[in-house]
Amino acid sequence: MVFTLNPSSGQPLYLQLMQQIRHAIETGVLQSGDILPGVRTLSQQLVVSPNTVVKAYSELEHEGLLELRHGSGAYISSRSAKKTRSDRFRRAQERVRGLVDKLRHDGLSEEEIQRLVEAELFYPASANRRS
Amino acid sequence: MTESYVIETQDLTKRYRKFEAVRNLNLRVGAGRITGFLGRNGAGKSSTIKMLLGISRPSSGSGTLLGRSIDVAAQCCESRRHVAYVAEDKQAYGYMTVAQMIAFTRSFYPDWNVDMERRLLKQFDLPIHRKVRVLSKGMRTKLALLLALARRSRLLILDEPSEGLDPVSIEELLQALVRAAGEGTTVFFSSHQIAEVERVADHVCIIDRGRLVADTSLDQIRRDYRRITFGFSTDPPRVDFTGEGIGSVRADGRQVTVMATRNADAIIERGHRFGAASIDTNPVSLRELFLDLVKEESRDALV
Repeated sequence: MVFTLNPSSGQPLYLQLMQQIRHAIETGVLQSGDILPGVRTLSQQLVVSPNTVVKAYSELEHEGLLELRHGSGAYISSRSAKKTRSDRFRRAQERVRGLVDKLRHDGLSEEEIQRLVEAELFYPASANRRS
Repeated sequence: MTESYVIETQDLTKRYRKFEAVRNLNLRVGAGRITGFLGRNGAGKSSTIKMLLGISRPSSGSGTLLGRSIDVAAQCCESRRHVAYVAEDKQAYGYMTVAQMIAFTRSFYPDWNVDMERRLLKQFDLPIHRKVRVLSKGMRTKLALLLALARRSRLLILDEPSEGLDPVSIEELLQALVRAAGEGTTVFFSSHQIAEVERVADHVCIIDRGRLVADTSLDQIRRDYRRITFGFSTDPPRVDFTGEGIGSVRADGRQVTVMATRNADAIIERGHRFGAASIDTNPVSLRELFLDLVKEESRDALV
């Protein structure tokens, strides 16, 4: 698995890692029984503090997506299949894609679209009032 | 959960004649983390580290390293046994070869990590038969790092470890730091290379003109710190942008930019109430935060 963490994106690195793992499970790139590298290996691979990986793994374990086995890495849990809602996710992805296409067609730049989405997600109250 | 600190100082001060290199510094470094110690040249980073290690004596104030006083020679010796230090000048005995230097250092530490020694020797590609004296700066840093990491210390302190290294060597250095942290070593390193601190550190302490101006986790910066720019279509009303969570405020024509350290939502809300026509919110990078704090300080000094 290749993960890409952006240190200045305004989101804690462990959350970025969690999202990418979750996304890989939802799209089926990671499946039940697959193994993610251990904390030390992944932190060296990504060149981030081991605490970042520890936090991401333990939160995902808490959500039931990962099973941590001491010394042998992190397994994608068999329970993850139930949690992924991959059909729903895929349908939502199609709708988002359609919307983005439409906005592009209306002449909005990628950056503007991104800003709009972020504003809705992070500051829904103020974003609504603006309109 | 109470946090344990490997470094704690109270009003630590270092004066060189009339110049105060370190002023009433209250520094705390948590165990089990990678902490970056940022500051400009001459901000007091090295002076602080030297006092922590008992290399120089505080003019006033006190501190502990691994729970032992830094000002009492016997206690300082005891804590130093568990602290590995890579000094700014990365000194080693020039007349020894790399292999001799490693064997010499190894003889002091019964708990020496031979595995780590071999791995780093290979990774760093160090010329073991060459004299330390003729090593390049990068090689000397790598040797110092190997000697410090193979000791299996509880705490690793590095003073500007990346200075003068090429990008590949910096990458190897950071990997080595992460590896040490993975083996349970607490890492505290000074730097003015912001990008590398932003990548590997859990926590950052920023020192400016001898004083601590920031002490925060990088998660918190990413989650809570926001640069919010309000645009007004009329002359900006005198909005009272002071209060909780507001780091700095700058006005530029009809725009007002606020650096929020938390409560970004509430601050945006306030801007709305005062009729802002546009509001732009952006995350704050460590570089921006650093520049903001250091500039802030210089402005204060001018007043």
